Amino acid sequence: MSDRISVAKTYKLYIGGKFPRSESGRVYPVTDSKGKFLANASHASRKDVRDAVSAARKAFGGWSAATAYNRGQVLYRVAEMLEGRREQFVAEVAASEGIAAKKAQSLVDASIDRWVWYAGWTDKIATVLGGANPVAGPYFSFTVPEPTGVVGVLAPQRSSLLGLVSVLAPVLATGSTAVVVSSADRPLPAITLSEVLATSDLPGGVANILTGRAAELGSWLASHGDVNALDPAGAEPAARADLARDAAGTVKRVLTVPDVEPDWTADADIARLRRYLEAKTVWHPLGV
Amino acid sequence: MGIFEYAPAPESRDLANLKPQYRPFVNGEFVDGSGEPLKTINPATEEVLAEVGTASVSDVDTAVKAARKAYNGVWAKMPGSERAKYLFRIARLIQERSRELAVLESLDNGKPIKEARDSDVPTAAAHFFYHAGWADKLDYAGYGPNPKPLGVAGQVIPWNFPLLMLAWKIAPALATGNTVVLKPAETTPLTALVFAEICQQAELPPGVVNILPGAGDIGAALVGHGDVNKVAFTGSTEVGKAIQRQIAGTAKKLTLELGGKAANVVFDDAPLDQAVEGIVNGIFFNQGHVCCAGSRLLVQESIAEELLEKLRYRVSTLRLGDPLDKNTDVGAINSAEQLAKIKGLVESGDAEGAERWTSPCPVPERGFFFAPTVFSDVQQSMRIAREEIFGPVLSVLTFRTPDEAVTKANNTPYGLSAGIWTEKGSRILWMANQLRAGVVWANTFNRFDPAAPFGGYQESGFGREGGRTGLEAYLDV
Repeated sequence: MSDRISVAKTYKLYIGGKFPRSESGRVYPVTDSKGKFLANASHASRKDVRDAVSAARKAFGGWSAATAYNRGQVLYRVAEMLEGRREQFVAEVAASEGIAAKKAQSLVDASIDRWVWYAGWTDKIATVLGGANPVAGPYFSFTVPEPTGVVGVLAPQRSSLLGLVSVLAPVLATGSTAVVVSSADRPLPAITLSEVLATSDLPGGVANILTGRAAELGSWLASHGDVNALDPAGAEPAARADLARDAAGTVKRVLTVPDVEPDWTADADIARLRRYLEAKTVWHPLGV
Repeated sequence: MGIFEYAPAPESRDLANLKPQYRPFVNGEFVDGSGEPLKTINPATEEVLAEVGTASVSDVDTAVKAARKAYNGVWAKMPGSERAKYLFRIARLIQERSRELAVLESLDNGKPIKEARDSDVPTAAAHFFYHAGWADKLDYAGYGPNPKPLGVAGQVIPWNFPLLMLAWKIAPALATGNTVVLKPAETTPLTALVFAEICQQAELPPGVVNILPGAGDIGAALVGHGDVNKVAFTGSTEVGKAIQRQIAGTAKKLTLELGGKAANVVFDDAPLDQAVEGIVNGIFFNQGHVCCAGSRLLVQESIAEELLEKLRYRVSTLRLGDPLDKNTDVGAINSAEQLAKIKGLVESGDAEGAERWTSPCPVPERGFFFAPTVFSDVQQSMRIAREEIFGPVLSVLTFRTPDEAVTKANNTPYGLSAGIWTEKGSRILWMANQLRAGVVWANTFNRFDPAAPFGGYQESGFGREGGRTGLEAYLDV
């Protein structure tokens, strides 16, 4: 009796709720931490970035206008789906990051818990960051936070799932939409996350995930006129200045991130949520 | 025009205590800057007001060193409750010297004395009062316990509200424990240097505030200085982009308050007379030298003719002329350069086919003046609908449905402010939600308060000034 041949999977991009191949037709080999071939991943191009940005822009109106309660439920649903595929994530994180199953388990659990944490913020952040302004005059003045728009995210290179979740979830929780470039060498958890997102209730285009090289795609995201903010977490420190210069052309919000990838297991705070929000101040006269 | 003629009502120029010479302020002293002195002129008469010493690049270094020393030695480690008292002192001193500051501001900037007196100076004092109270309450600002200052702040401000912009920048910086080096605009340095005297009178420790008059090269040197931790800029989008580029890749924290092309949206159920007052205030306040000016009027088509007629009549009653006259509504354009820019954009409006109406008000022969101008039949593609004019020029467009109003209003890379005029409350809140702008005024326009955050979306910049939100710009959070 011969050994069973496994069904090898063809990995694709996640754009606008669909799974296209790269427009360029390019792929690159993904290996585990010991160099063993795992799969070919799509090698996203500039055109894929543009398609993803336009999908994210198209999805922004609906996602930002959804009630915070609804966004929270959708994000929690994603966490449910993550939990359901826990074993697959553990295997992929272990293979990608070259860590023991037990360690990978704790990272996957932390990722799920983090997603839940951000899901719970959707309907609280406006209360925490907004407020009434006690102006000196007969006016009712109040300030509400609003999502900034389309966010380009260069996901962390080392932490394949927890790092990815830590940079993507806050974008979605604020009501912004995202174009993410996954870790180049450790993309499998990102691709599986795409499948989770696609089968949850997240509208297509709200999150778009490209596998490829941050060094190649980062500048297209940074200079794109329809991207409002950039998280350069996964860029080489030496490339950060160029990305920030590209971003200046459209006065993009650029996150300040550490040169060395942080320990993502540390507790999150609301700093990332805050950076994807604009403060809108509304004034109205008072009188009878 | 009215039955009664106005008699001239000039404010006394002597109140300004104008001195023949002003000097940079570094480390608590007025010093000789090693830059070329500049002459600041009265834009209403083109007469020289004073000679002002300017900084050179080496002076920038000296000032940043002084600010660093004050930061490490005194200011950052001082209890917030003590810092607060200095800010309260400054606020009081601004109030006590308000007549002097208002007249000086009017002389140097060209703005009407009534605006400097009733708006600029009291609001500047209010910013110091407001932020004084924050200095010992930062733990409650929502950034976690014990938030830290950033260090030395390099601040570059524009010429349209010289003293007020200084207050917007310096008050939160000091309240949060930072020290500052501020460069006022080349054409309007005088009130900043009187503010330096106020810092001396308040016995503010030397080096906490430093003021360096100069041109763009000094601003660039300050922004680029290696020992500056925080950069705050208010001015044009073009310069803002250059600054963002210049400091790319450094650890400096940046906030930008840039240009705007605000939509002021009037629905058919709006109280028209009130709306006309708001439109006039929105675009002709401070000669239209306001980044959040309501420079694009969007009128519902069914009332456009009626509104335009009322608007033209009202604008024709605006009094243009001597800024020091208490009856003046529209003062002088700040510089020959700015006047040329306004004229160029107005010519483009003519050339592109918009219909121009200019107020028949008399225009002084000397000085830089531009009569209030309203363009109708404006199309979205025209330069006067897309570019910031920064002058007393209004572009009028029309719309039919609320959705069309939103689409046209948001059809700009800017996003600083917007106005809504309608009697329907639910429509106001719906519109406020839809408009991509940092400040939305409903049935009012151009209201400012230190307790209300101000700032833009998109290419109008990032960061907020004022309110709890504004503290973030000066904290390491």
